[in-house]
Amino acid sequence: MPDPSDMTHRAATIAVLVENEAGVLARVIGLFSGRGYNIDSLTVAPVDAEGRLSRITVVTSGTEMVIEQIKAQLDRLVPVHKVADLTLEGPHLNRELALIKVVGSGSARQEALRLADAFRARVVDATTESFVFEMTGNAEKLDAFINLMRPIGLAEVSRTGAVAIARGTASLTV
Amino acid sequence: MSSAILPAASDTQSLTGAEIVLRALKEQGVEVIFGYPGGAVLPIYDAIFQQNAIRHILVRHEQAAVHAAEGYARSTGKVGCVLVTSGPGATNAVTGLVDALLDSIPIVCLTGQVPTHLIGNDAFQEADTTGITRPATKHNYLVKQIDKLAETVHDAFYVARSGRPGPVVIDLPKDILIGKGPYKPAPQVEHRSYRPQTEPDAAQIAKAVAMLKGAKRPVVYAGGGVINAGPEASELLTKFVRMAGMPCTNTLMSLGCYPASDPQFLGMLGMHGTYEANLAMHGCDVMFNIGARFDDRVTGRLNAFAPNSLKIHADIDPSSINKNVKVEVPVVGDAASVLRALIAAWEADGATQDREALAGWWRQIDEWRGRNCLHYVQESRIIKPQHAVKRLYELTRQSGKETFISTEVGQHQMWAAQYFGFEKPNRWMTSGGLGTMGYGLPAAMGVQVAHPDALVIDIAGEASILMNIQEMSTLAQYRLPVKVFILNNQYMGMVRQWQELLHGGRYSESYSEALPDFVRLAESFHGVGLRAESTDDLDRVIREMIAIDRPVIADIAVDQKENVFPMIPSGAAHNEMLLASNQISGGAGVTDEGTALV
Repeated sequence: MPDPSDMTHRAATIAVLVENEAGVLARVIGLFSGRGYNIDSLTVAPVDAEGRLSRITVVTSGTEMVIEQIKAQLDRLVPVHKVADLTLEGPHLNRELALIKVVGSGSARQEALRLADAFRARVVDATTESFVFEMTGNAEKLDAFINLMRPIGLAEVSRTGAVAIARGTASLTV
Repeated sequence: MSSAILPAASDTQSLTGAEIVLRALKEQGVEVIFGYPGGAVLPIYDAIFQQNAIRHILVRHEQAAVHAAEGYARSTGKVGCVLVTSGPGATNAVTGLVDALLDSIPIVCLTGQVPTHLIGNDAFQEADTTGITRPATKHNYLVKQIDKLAETVHDAFYVARSGRPGPVVIDLPKDILIGKGPYKPAPQVEHRSYRPQTEPDAAQIAKAVAMLKGAKRPVVYAGGGVINAGPEASELLTKFVRMAGMPCTNTLMSLGCYPASDPQFLGMLGMHGTYEANLAMHGCDVMFNIGARFDDRVTGRLNAFAPNSLKIHADIDPSSINKNVKVEVPVVGDAASVLRALIAAWEADGATQDREALAGWWRQIDEWRGRNCLHYVQESRIIKPQHAVKRLYELTRQSGKETFISTEVGQHQMWAAQYFGFEKPNRWMTSGGLGTMGYGLPAAMGVQVAHPDALVIDIAGEASILMNIQEMSTLAQYRLPVKVFILNNQYMGMVRQWQELLHGGRYSESYSEALPDFVRLAESFHGVGLRAESTDDLDRVIREMIAIDRPVIADIAVDQKENVFPMIPSGAAHNEMLLASNQISGGAGVTDEGTALV
């Protein structure tokens, strides 16, 4: 039972299985903005063979009581099938993909390549004055790499936001 | 009534969208629609014209259509049905939809929409209705394929009435209404994604019984969910409270679910609740909340709310539990199912109550009752508003007529809640959550449509009543003998009260200037106007009003300076209640944080 006097914030990665119908994403986003909850990242795509189900992964933060509210509010939306708090439920994998453009020449280029290799970032585009790296990992790893690129010539970043799934046999299905 | 004009089941392939809509409404048990026509919904109006199974009530403003449907729904337990056109028709309905959302009233609102190929083109009378109403409804739909039309209507009714009820919008583009397609009867299978839990968990019920049996100072705090669970829930609540010998308080939304005349009833709780109800909440050791939501008007300052109590909260909406107030025993379920399970478990349980402690608790409550917090002095011939409501209550009881009360919003609403006793559920319609001025007259209209022989009274203020006064015309057209009982103090009374208590008596814009002559106003709308200037007139006017079988406006001139007491100031706790004006000095005990609250 959450304690209302507990003001400690925690992050939560919440997976939501929804009917893939018009307006469902607007409903979820509107719930967060209308009730003043944070969205740190949000991803969505259809996940079943018929394209009837979508999975939304939303990374949020708040007090335990607020996170309980977020889950209950999500669960009562009519097109929502299931809500799972992956952070609370146990070990899970959390991945994000980023495309990172670094512009520069000379030693900066070599330094960028060396670091990319250390971080297992792939080069997916290159010119004589630029690289685009593709990288997957959790948000902290991506942050670390992007921060290293900043002084070297970071020009542009595109990130997907997190997708996540529980480890082991437990599965979120309808 | 005959449904012969509706097409038979055999020729389902040849139905137009408009015919499909009407047929689905009929299958869902709709008897009456409150609506207003316009270009985008003309096909539905054409289909309505060609049948007589479903009655249409033409309102004078779309907001009133929704409030009328709310009154209809609240007084019957059925889903209220609304039909409005696109654009301004839909936007005018929004206030009513949010009102129904906050008070959990089941409504299905059909809105017209421009043809699908014009959506997004800023067409004439186009509005993004599903976008605008998304946060104003429990759910909404835009129908873009005619073969989805019938199932969408059935789905909408299921969503509106099941779980925690609420308003649902179906946006209907004109080409869908004109096109032809199949009719599908209501599905017998479970909804794909929306299956609210109605039966409570047995283990939670057992915990609740143990906690309640061990209570020394229990209180039952019943809310609107008991009304929404049907009349049986009110009977079960009364049975449980009596067998457990506990005091019971009601929220504004639930008045009538427990008989007001019962000795175990403490009256309404909250900001303008009774002294005994609020102090019982503050001093209890076990609280049983059934179907209420710990609203801010009820709890006052949260960190001082019922500080030494264990709490059980039964609600059909899990998101209501642990939202504002942390509880020890959450129970998810329909109020009737919860009470049924609770009574069975209570009877099967061998433990006994601490009768001695309960007797002591009742002595304490009787002491609080001795403060007589609703006492007022009718000293001169100037009518006290409390006295007007009290006489209205007594004289309507004497009349022996089945009586339904609606209200607008403000001081008169609180006085109605305090001084009018309700013995049965579904007799009291008020805008609790949203606090919508202009609710009462159209709501009363909807009640009267559902109960043509009943006495239906809108207790109003002179400011609120002007917000939907146009509905007097609807009353005349359909010969709905609604009575409007105006407590006329020539102020937006609740605004004036707050300005007196919190803003140094600077009555900014709260005086009701240039009021109409309500007697002649009633007459111009084909009704009867009455006026009471002093206590000499009051009983005569009320009796006359009750006896007249036509719409009546009774304009009751009341004391302009009267305030609503008891009052828990914003940001204060239940035990910091003000009982009368003479307790108030300067800021009325309101803290700076309290002043910032509404």
